[in-house]
Amino acid sequence: MAAELHVALVAADREVWSGEATLVVARTTSGDIGVMPGHQPLLGVLESGPVTIRTSDGGTVVAAVHGGFISFADNKLSLLAEIAELSDEIDVQRVEQDLARAKAEDDTEAQRRADVRLRAATAGR
Amino acid sequence: MGAQLRVYKRRIRSVTATKKITKAMEMIAASRVVKAQRKVAASTPYARELTRAVTAVGTGSDTKHPLTTEAENPTRAAVLLLTSDRGLAGAFNSNAIKAAEQLTERLEREGKQVVTYIVGRRGLAHYNFRERDVAESFTGFTDEPSYADAKKVAAPLIEAIRDETADGGVDELHIVYTEFVSMMTQTAVDSRMLPLRLEEVAEESATKGEILPLYDFEPSAEDVLDALLPRYVESRIYNALLQSAASKHAATRRAMKSATDNAGELINTLSRLANAARQAEITQEISEIVGGASALADANAGSDN
Repeated sequence: MAAELHVALVAADREVWSGEATLVVARTTSGDIGVMPGHQPLLGVLESGPVTIRTSDGGTVVAAVHGGFISFADNKLSLLAEIAELSDEIDVQRVEQDLARAKAEDDTEAQRRADVRLRAATAGR
Repeated sequence: MGAQLRVYKRRIRSVTATKKITKAMEMIAASRVVKAQRKVAASTPYARELTRAVTAVGTGSDTKHPLTTEAENPTRAAVLLLTSDRGLAGAFNSNAIKAAEQLTERLEREGKQVVTYIVGRRGLAHYNFRERDVAESFTGFTDEPSYADAKKVAAPLIEAIRDETADGGVDELHIVYTEFVSMMTQTAVDSRMLPLRLEEVAEESATKGEILPLYDFEPSAEDVLDALLPRYVESRIYNALLQSAASKHAATRRAMKSATDNAGELINTLSRLANAARQAEITQEISEIVGGASALADANAGSDN
Protein backbone atom coordinates (compact mmCIF):
# COMPACT_ATOMS: atom_id res chain seq x y z
CA MET A 1 0.00 0.00 0.00
CA ALA A 2 1.32 3.35 -0.93
CA ALA A 3 1.87 5.77 1.90
CA GLU A 4 -0.92 8.24 2.41
CA LEU A 5 -1.40 11.55 4.06
CA HIS A 6 -4.55 12.95 5.53
CA VAL A 7 -5.64 16.21 3.95
CA ALA A 8 -8.10 18.72 5.34
CA LEU A 9 -8.97 21.71 3.20
CA VAL A 10 -10.79 24.19 5.40
CA ALA A 11 -12.22 27.58 4.57
CA ALA A 12 -13.08 30.15 7.21
CA ASP A 13 -16.68 29.10 7.43
CA ARG A 14 -16.68 25.41 6.49
CA GLU A 15 -14.62 22.32 5.83
CA VAL A 16 -14.34 22.11 2.05
CA TRP A 17 -12.75 18.74 1.56
CA SER A 18 -11.01 16.11 3.63
CA GLY A 19 -9.65 12.70 2.88
CA GLU A 20 -6.59 10.65 2.11
CA ALA A 21 -4.14 11.66 -0.58
CA THR A 22 -0.78 10.69 -2.01
CA LEU A 23 0.34 14.09 -3.25
CA VAL A 24 -0.67 17.68 -2.71
CA VAL A 25 0.60 20.52 -4.84
CA ALA A 26 0.04 24.07 -3.65
CA ARG A 27 1.45 27.47 -4.45
CA THR A 28 3.28 29.23 -1.64
CA THR A 29 4.71 32.71 -1.76
CA SER A 30 8.08 31.25 -2.67
CA GLY A 31 6.84 28.93 -5.39
CA ASP A 32 4.91 25.75 -5.99
CA ILE A 33 5.42 23.06 -3.41
CA GLY A 34 4.55 19.40 -3.58
CA VAL A 35 3.95 17.48 -0.39
CA MET A 36 4.10 13.71 -0.26
CA PRO A 37 3.71 11.42 2.74
CA GLY A 38 6.60 11.69 5.15
CA HIS A 39 7.46 15.25 4.23
CA GLN A 40 9.28 17.34 6.80
CA PRO A 41 6.94 19.39 9.06
CA LEU A 42 6.09 22.49 7.11
CA LEU A 43 4.25 25.73 7.60
CA GLY A 44 3.89 28.02 4.63
CA VAL A 45 1.95 30.99 3.35
CA LEU A 46 -0.22 30.25 0.33
CA GLU A 47 -0.68 32.44 -2.69
CA SER A 48 -3.94 32.66 -4.56
CA GLY A 49 -3.84 29.69 -6.86
CA PRO A 50 -5.13 26.25 -7.62
CA VAL A 51 -4.36 23.44 -5.20
CA THR A 52 -4.13 19.95 -6.64
CA ILE A 53 -4.76 16.95 -4.45
CA ARG A 54 -4.09 13.44 -5.79
CA THR A 55 -6.37 11.24 -3.78
CA SER A 56 -5.31 7.74 -2.79
CA ASP A 57 -7.93 6.16 -5.08
CA GLY A 58 -6.28 7.73 -8.10
CA GLY A 59 -8.59 10.69 -8.51
CA THR A 60 -7.68 14.33 -8.56
CA VAL A 61 -9.28 17.10 -6.59
CA VAL A 62 -8.58 20.66 -7.66
CA ALA A 63 -9.58 23.65 -5.59
CA ALA A 64 -9.18 27.39 -6.01
CA VAL A 65 -7.68 28.84 -2.86
CA HIS A 66 -7.41 32.54 -2.08
CA GLY A 67 -4.81 33.31 0.52
CA GLY A 68 -4.12 31.11 3.48
CA PHE A 69 -1.68 28.62 4.90
CA ILE A 70 -0.40 25.16 4.42
CA SER A 71 0.70 23.20 7.41
CA PHE A 72 2.00 19.67 7.46
CA ALA A 73 3.01 17.48 10.39
CA ASP A 74 2.59 13.83 11.36
CA ASN A 75 1.31 12.96 7.89
CA LYS A 76 -1.56 15.38 8.40
CA LEU A 77 -1.82 18.24 6.01
CA SER A 78 -4.09 21.20 6.57
CA LEU A 79 -4.81 23.79 3.98
CA LEU A 80 -6.32 26.85 5.58
CA ALA A 81 -7.89 29.39 3.32
CA GLU A 82 -10.20 32.30 3.79
CA ILE A 83 -11.99 31.32 0.63
CA ALA A 84 -11.69 27.91 -1.00
CA GLU A 85 -13.79 26.34 -3.70
CA LEU A 86 -13.62 22.93 -5.26
CA SER A 87 -13.35 22.93 -9.03
CA ASP A 88 -16.77 21.33 -9.49
CA GLU A 89 -18.36 23.97 -7.28
CA ILE A 90 -17.17 26.75 -9.51
CA ASP A 91 -19.70 28.13 -11.93
CA VAL A 92 -17.54 28.69 -15.01
CA GLN A 93 -20.01 31.00 -16.70
CA ARG A 94 -20.21 33.26 -13.70
CA VAL A 95 -16.45 33.34 -13.30
CA GLU A 96 -16.09 34.29 -16.97
CA GLN A 97 -18.53 37.12 -16.41
CA ASP A 98 -16.60 38.18 -13.31
CA LEU A 99 -13.37 38.05 -15.28
CA ALA A 100 -14.82 40.19 -18.06
CA ARG A 101 -16.16 42.68 -15.55
CA ALA A 102 -12.87 42.81 -13.66
CA LYS A 103 -11.02 43.43 -16.92
CA ALA A 104 -13.45 46.18 -17.86
CA GLU A 105 -13.09 47.81 -14.47
CA ASP A 106 -9.34 47.29 -14.44
CA ASP A 107 -9.58 45.61 -11.03
CA THR A 108 -6.39 43.53 -10.97
CA GLU A 109 -7.26 41.89 -7.66
CA ALA A 110 -10.66 40.64 -8.88
CA GLN A 111 -9.12 39.70 -12.21
CA ARG A 112 -6.52 37.53 -10.53
CA ARG A 113 -9.14 35.89 -8.32
CA ALA A 114 -11.36 35.09 -11.27
CA ASP A 115 -8.36 33.81 -13.21
CA VAL A 116 -7.40 31.42 -10.42
CA ARG A 117 -10.92 30.09 -10.18
CA LEU A 118 -11.14 29.63 -13.90
CA ARG A 119 -7.85 27.78 -14.02
CA ALA A 120 -8.91 25.53 -11.17
CA ALA A 121 -12.23 24.84 -12.82
CA THR A 122 -10.67 23.87 -16.12
CA ALA A 123 -7.91 21.82 -14.49
CA GLY A 124 -10.44 19.81 -12.52
CA ARG A 125 -12.34 18.74 -15.61
CA MET B 1 -72.91 44.81 27.51
CA GLY B 2 -71.69 46.96 30.36
CA ALA B 3 -68.96 49.52 29.90
CA GLN B 4 -66.55 47.70 32.19
CA LEU B 5 -67.01 44.35 30.52
CA ARG B 6 -66.44 45.96 27.15
CA VAL B 7 -63.13 47.44 28.34
CA TYR B 8 -61.96 44.03 29.57
CA LYS B 9 -62.97 42.32 26.35
CA ARG B 10 -61.03 44.89 24.34
CA ARG B 11 -57.91 44.41 26.43
CA ILE B 12 -58.12 40.64 26.12
CA ARG B 13 -58.31 40.98 22.37
CA SER B 14 -55.27 43.22 22.21
CA VAL B 15 -53.20 41.03 24.53
CA THR B 16 -54.12 37.95 22.48
CA ALA B 17 -52.85 39.67 19.35
CA THR B 18 -49.59 40.57 21.11
CA LYS B 19 -49.24 37.02 22.33
CA LYS B 20 -49.49 35.70 18.81
CA ILE B 21 -46.73 38.06 17.69
CA THR B 22 -44.37 37.22 20.55
CA LYS B 23 -45.00 33.52 20.03
CA ALA B 24 -44.05 33.85 16.36
CA MET B 25 -40.93 35.80 17.27
CA GLU B 26 -39.99 33.16 19.81
CA MET B 27 -40.19 30.43 17.19
CA ILE B 28 -38.24 32.43 14.64
CA ALA B 29 -35.50 33.10 17.19
CA ALA B 30 -35.40 29.42 18.15
CA SER B 31 -34.76 28.38 14.57
CA ARG B 32 -32.12 31.09 14.18
CA VAL B 33 -30.24 29.93 17.26
CA VAL B 34 -29.87 26.50 15.72
CA LYS B 35 -28.64 28.03 12.48
CA ALA B 36 -26.18 30.29 14.29
CA GLN B 37 -24.90 27.37 16.36
CA ARG B 38 -24.32 25.42 13.20
CA LYS B 39 -22.27 28.30 11.82
CA VAL B 40 -20.19 28.39 15.00
CA ALA B 41 -19.53 24.68 14.61
CA ALA B 42 -18.66 25.07 10.91
CA SER B 43 -16.08 27.74 11.70
CA THR B 44 -14.34 25.63 14.35
CA PRO B 45 -12.02 23.57 12.10
CA TYR B 46 -10.50 26.71 10.63
CA ALA B 47 -10.08 28.34 14.04
CA ARG B 48 -8.58 25.15 15.48
CA GLU B 49 -6.05 24.72 12.68
CA LEU B 50 -5.15 28.39 12.81
CA THR B 51 -4.59 28.25 16.56
CA ARG B 52 -2.40 25.21 16.06
CA ALA B 53 -0.37 27.01 13.45
CA VAL B 54 0.03 30.11 15.64
CA THR B 55 1.14 27.91 18.51
CA ALA B 56 3.57 26.12 16.25
CA VAL B 57 5.22 29.33 15.10
CA GLY B 58 5.13 30.79 18.58
CA THR B 59 6.81 27.83 20.22
CA GLY B 60 8.89 26.66 17.28
CA SER B 61 10.73 29.91 16.73
CA ASP B 62 11.83 32.85 18.81
CA THR B 63 10.49 35.38 16.38
CA LYS B 64 9.55 38.78 17.68
CA HIS B 65 6.52 40.40 16.18
CA PRO B 66 4.69 43.66 17.02
CA LEU B 67 1.50 41.69 17.56
CA THR B 68 3.05 39.42 20.17
CA THR B 69 5.32 41.80 22.06
CA GLU B 70 3.87 43.80 24.88
CA ALA B 71 4.55 47.51 24.95
CA GLU B 72 6.65 48.45 27.94
CA ASN B 73 4.35 51.24 28.88
CA PRO B 74 0.93 50.78 27.30
CA THR B 75 -0.93 54.07 27.08
CA ARG B 76 -3.74 53.42 24.61
CA ALA B 77 -6.07 50.48 24.36
CA ALA B 78 -8.78 49.66 21.84
CA VAL B 79 -12.00 48.05 22.99
CA LEU B 80 -14.20 46.29 20.47
CA LEU B 81 -17.76 45.91 21.71
CA LEU B 82 -20.11 43.47 20.00
CA THR B 83 -23.81 44.23 20.36
CA SER B 84 -26.76 43.53 18.10
CA ASP B 85 -28.59 45.67 15.59
CA ARG B 86 -31.99 44.87 16.95
CA GLY B 87 -33.38 44.84 20.45
CA LEU B 88 -36.14 42.70 21.97
CA ALA B 89 -33.48 40.47 23.45
CA GLY B 90 -33.90 41.08 27.15
CA ALA B 91 -30.71 42.19 28.87
CA PHE B 92 -28.46 40.98 26.04
CA ASN B 93 -27.21 44.36 24.86
CA SER B 94 -27.17 46.07 28.23
CA ASN B 95 -25.08 43.23 29.66
CA ALA B 96 -22.51 43.55 26.89
CA ILE B 97 -22.44 47.33 27.26
CA LYS B 98 -22.06 47.02 31.02
CA ALA B 99 -19.14 44.62 30.58
CA ALA B 100 -17.52 47.06 28.15
CA GLU B 101 -17.99 49.93 30.58
CA GLN B 102 -16.41 47.97 33.41
CA LEU B 103 -13.47 47.08 31.19
CA THR B 104 -13.10 50.69 30.09
CA GLU B 105 -13.11 51.83 33.70
CA ARG B 106 -10.48 49.26 34.62
CA LEU B 107 -8.24 50.22 31.71
CA GLU B 108 -8.58 53.88 32.54
CA ARG B 109 -7.64 53.16 36.15
CA GLU B 110 -4.50 51.54 34.79
CA GLY B 111 -3.77 54.83 33.06
CA LYS B 112 -4.67 53.80 29.53
CA GLN B 113 -6.64 55.87 27.12
CA VAL B 114 -9.51 53.84 25.69
CA VAL B 115 -10.56 53.92 22.05
CA THR B 116 -13.93 52.30 21.43
CA TYR B 117 -14.99 50.36 18.34
CA ILE B 118 -18.57 49.18 18.18
CA VAL B 119 -20.45 46.53 16.24
CA GLY B 120 -24.24 46.74 16.25
CA ARG B 121 -26.73 49.60 16.22
CA ARG B 122 -27.76 49.10 19.84
CA GLY B 123 -24.32 49.70 21.28
CA LEU B 124 -23.75 52.59 18.91
CA ALA B 125 -27.02 54.23 19.93
CA HIS B 126 -26.06 53.84 23.59
CA TYR B 127 -22.71 55.56 23.05
CA ASN B 128 -24.08 58.25 20.75
CA PHE B 129 -26.84 59.14 23.19
CA ARG B 130 -24.23 59.70 25.89
CA GLU B 131 -22.10 61.62 23.40
CA ARG B 132 -19.10 59.39 23.89
CA ASP B 133 -16.46 59.07 21.22
CA VAL B 134 -16.62 56.02 19.01
CA ALA B 135 -13.58 55.47 16.80
CA GLU B 136 -15.42 53.33 14.29
CA SER B 137 -18.69 51.44 14.14
CA PHE B 138 -20.08 48.63 12.03
CA THR B 139 -23.76 47.83 11.66
CA GLY B 140 -26.12 45.79 9.56
CA PHE B 141 -24.77 42.26 9.79
CA THR B 142 -25.07 41.16 13.41
CA ASP B 143 -27.89 38.69 12.76
CA GLU B 144 -25.87 36.64 10.31
CA PRO B 145 -22.24 37.71 10.24
CA SER B 146 -20.07 36.46 7.38
CA TYR B 147 -16.32 36.08 7.30
CA ALA B 148 -16.10 39.16 5.08
CA ASP B 149 -17.79 41.15 7.86
CA ALA B 150 -15.23 39.91 10.36
CA LYS B 151 -12.45 41.01 7.99
CA LYS B 152 -14.04 44.43 7.69
CA VAL B 153 -14.16 44.80 11.47
CA ALA B 154 -10.65 43.47 11.98
CA ALA B 155 -8.93 45.66 9.36
CA PRO B 156 -8.97 49.01 11.22
CA LEU B 157 -8.10 47.28 14.48
CA ILE B 158 -5.05 45.55 13.06
CA GLU B 159 -4.01 48.81 11.45
CA ALA B 160 -4.42 50.65 14.75
CA ILE B 161 -2.25 48.17 16.61
CA ARG B 162 0.43 48.29 13.94
CA ASP B 163 0.61 52.09 14.09
CA GLU B 164 2.85 53.76 16.61
CA THR B 165 0.96 54.87 19.69
CA ALA B 166 2.05 58.45 19.14
CA ASP B 167 0.44 58.44 15.67
CA GLY B 168 -2.94 57.39 16.95
CA GLY B 169 -2.21 53.69 17.20
CA VAL B 170 -3.02 51.50 20.16
CA ASP B 171 -0.96 49.16 22.34
CA GLU B 172 -3.65 46.70 23.28
CA LEU B 173 -6.78 45.28 21.79
CA HIS B 174 -9.64 44.03 23.92
CA ILE B 175 -12.87 42.47 22.78
CA VAL B 176 -16.19 42.36 24.63
CA TYR B 177 -18.74 39.89 23.35
CA THR B 178 -21.44 37.57 24.61
CA GLU B 179 -20.28 34.02 24.93
CA PHE B 180 -22.81 31.36 24.00
CA VAL B 181 -22.56 28.86 26.85
CA SER B 182 -25.85 27.09 26.30
CA MET B 183 -29.38 27.77 25.18
CA MET B 184 -30.15 29.14 28.63
CA THR B 185 -26.86 30.80 29.56
CA GLN B 186 -25.02 33.50 27.70
CA THR B 187 -22.42 35.56 29.46
CA ALA B 188 -20.84 38.84 28.45
CA VAL B 189 -17.08 38.36 28.56
CA ASP B 190 -14.08 40.51 27.83
CA SER B 191 -10.72 39.23 26.74
CA ARG B 192 -7.46 40.68 25.57
CA MET B 193 -6.84 39.71 22.00
CA LEU B 194 -3.57 41.53 21.35
CA PRO B 195 -0.75 41.51 22.12
CA LEU B 196 -1.02 37.79 21.94
CA ARG B 197 0.12 35.67 24.84
CA LEU B 198 1.45 32.66 23.02
CA GLU B 199 1.49 30.54 26.15
CA GLU B 200 -2.21 31.18 26.59
CA VAL B 201 -2.94 30.28 23.00
CA ALA B 202 -1.04 27.06 23.44
CA GLU B 203 -3.07 26.28 26.53
CA GLU B 204 -6.34 27.08 24.81
CA SER B 205 -5.66 24.91 21.81
CA ALA B 206 -6.17 21.21 22.17
CA THR B 207 -2.49 20.58 21.62
CA LYS B 208 -1.86 20.38 25.35
CA GLY B 209 0.77 17.82 26.20
CA GLU B 210 1.36 17.17 22.55
CA ILE B 211 4.89 17.90 21.39
CA LEU B 212 4.81 20.09 18.34
CA PRO B 213 7.23 19.14 15.60
CA LEU B 214 9.93 21.47 14.40
CA TYR B 215 8.43 23.12 11.38
CA ASP B 216 10.09 24.24 8.23
CA PHE B 217 8.83 27.73 7.54
CA GLU B 218 8.07 28.80 4.05
CA PRO B 219 9.30 31.46 3.19
CA SER B 220 10.47 32.33 6.75
CA ALA B 221 9.16 32.28 10.30
CA GLU B 222 8.74 36.06 10.35
CA ASP B 223 6.77 36.08 7.12
CA VAL B 224 4.57 33.24 8.24
CA LEU B 225 3.86 34.94 11.54
CA ASP B 226 3.26 38.18 9.72
CA ALA B 227 0.61 36.56 7.56
CA LEU B 228 -0.75 34.35 10.29
CA LEU B 229 -1.51 36.82 13.06
CA PRO B 230 -3.95 39.09 11.21
CA ARG B 231 -5.79 35.94 10.08
CA TYR B 232 -5.82 34.73 13.65
CA VAL B 233 -7.34 38.02 14.84
CA GLU B 234 -9.93 37.88 12.06
CA SER B 235 -10.85 34.35 12.94
CA ARG B 236 -11.18 35.27 16.62
CA ILE B 237 -13.40 38.21 15.74
CA TYR B 238 -15.42 36.01 13.39
CA ASN B 239 -15.92 33.48 16.14
CA ALA B 240 -16.94 36.22 18.59
CA LEU B 241 -19.40 37.63 16.05
CA LEU B 242 -20.96 34.21 15.52
CA GLN B 243 -21.21 33.51 19.23
CA SER B 244 -22.67 36.94 19.79
CA ALA B 245 -25.27 36.31 17.08
CA ALA B 246 -26.19 32.93 18.57
CA SER B 247 -26.43 34.50 22.03
CA LYS B 248 -28.61 37.29 20.72
CA HIS B 249 -31.06 34.85 19.17
CA ALA B 250 -31.10 32.76 22.32
CA ALA B 251 -31.74 35.87 24.41
CA THR B 252 -34.52 36.92 22.03
CA ARG B 253 -36.06 33.50 22.27
CA ARG B 254 -36.03 33.65 26.05
CA ALA B 255 -37.36 37.20 26.19
CA MET B 256 -40.13 36.35 23.75
CA LYS B 257 -40.98 33.18 25.63
CA SER B 258 -41.45 35.08 28.87
CA ALA B 259 -43.43 37.74 26.98
CA THR B 260 -45.70 35.01 25.63
CA ASP B 261 -46.04 33.49 29.10
CA ASN B 262 -46.83 36.88 30.60
CA ALA B 263 -49.40 37.57 27.91
CA GLY B 264 -51.06 34.23 28.70
CA GLU B 265 -51.15 35.07 32.36
CA LEU B 266 -52.54 38.51 31.63
CA ILE B 267 -55.25 37.00 29.47
CA ASN B 268 -56.20 34.66 32.33
CA THR B 269 -56.39 37.50 34.84
CA LEU B 270 -58.34 39.66 32.47
CA SER B 271 -60.80 36.86 31.66
CA ARG B 272 -61.39 36.36 35.37
CA LEU B 273 -62.01 40.08 35.81
CA ALA B 274 -64.26 40.07 32.77
CA ASN B 275 -66.19 37.11 34.18
CA ALA B 276 -66.58 38.89 37.51
CA ALA B 277 -67.74 42.03 35.72
CA ARG B 278 -70.25 40.04 33.68
CA GLN B 279 -71.48 38.29 36.80
CA ALA B 280 -71.78 41.61 38.63
CA GLU B 281 -73.74 42.97 35.72
CA ILE B 282 -76.14 40.03 35.76
CA THR B 283 -76.53 40.27 39.52
CA GLN B 284 -77.26 43.92 39.21
CA GLU B 285 -79.80 43.31 36.47
CA ILE B 286 -81.54 40.63 38.53
CA SER B 287 -81.62 42.82 41.59
CA GLU B 288 -82.96 45.63 39.46
CA ILE B 289 -85.73 43.38 38.10
CA VAL B 290 -86.52 41.99 41.51
CA GLY B 291 -86.46 45.49 42.98
CA GLY B 292 -88.63 46.79 40.15
CA ALA B 293 -91.06 43.87 40.46
CA SER B 294 -91.41 44.25 44.18
CA ALA B 295 -91.88 48.01 43.85
CA LEU B 296 -94.57 47.29 41.26
CA ALA B 297 -96.13 44.67 43.52
CA ASP B 298 -96.05 47.13 46.43
CA ALA B 299 -97.68 49.80 44.27
CA ASN B 300 -100.32 47.34 43.04
CA ALA B 301 -100.97 46.13 46.57
CA GLY B 302 -101.44 49.77 47.59
CA SER B 303 -103.89 50.52 44.79
CA ASP B 304 -105.91 47.38 45.51
CA ASN B 305 -106.84 48.67 48.88
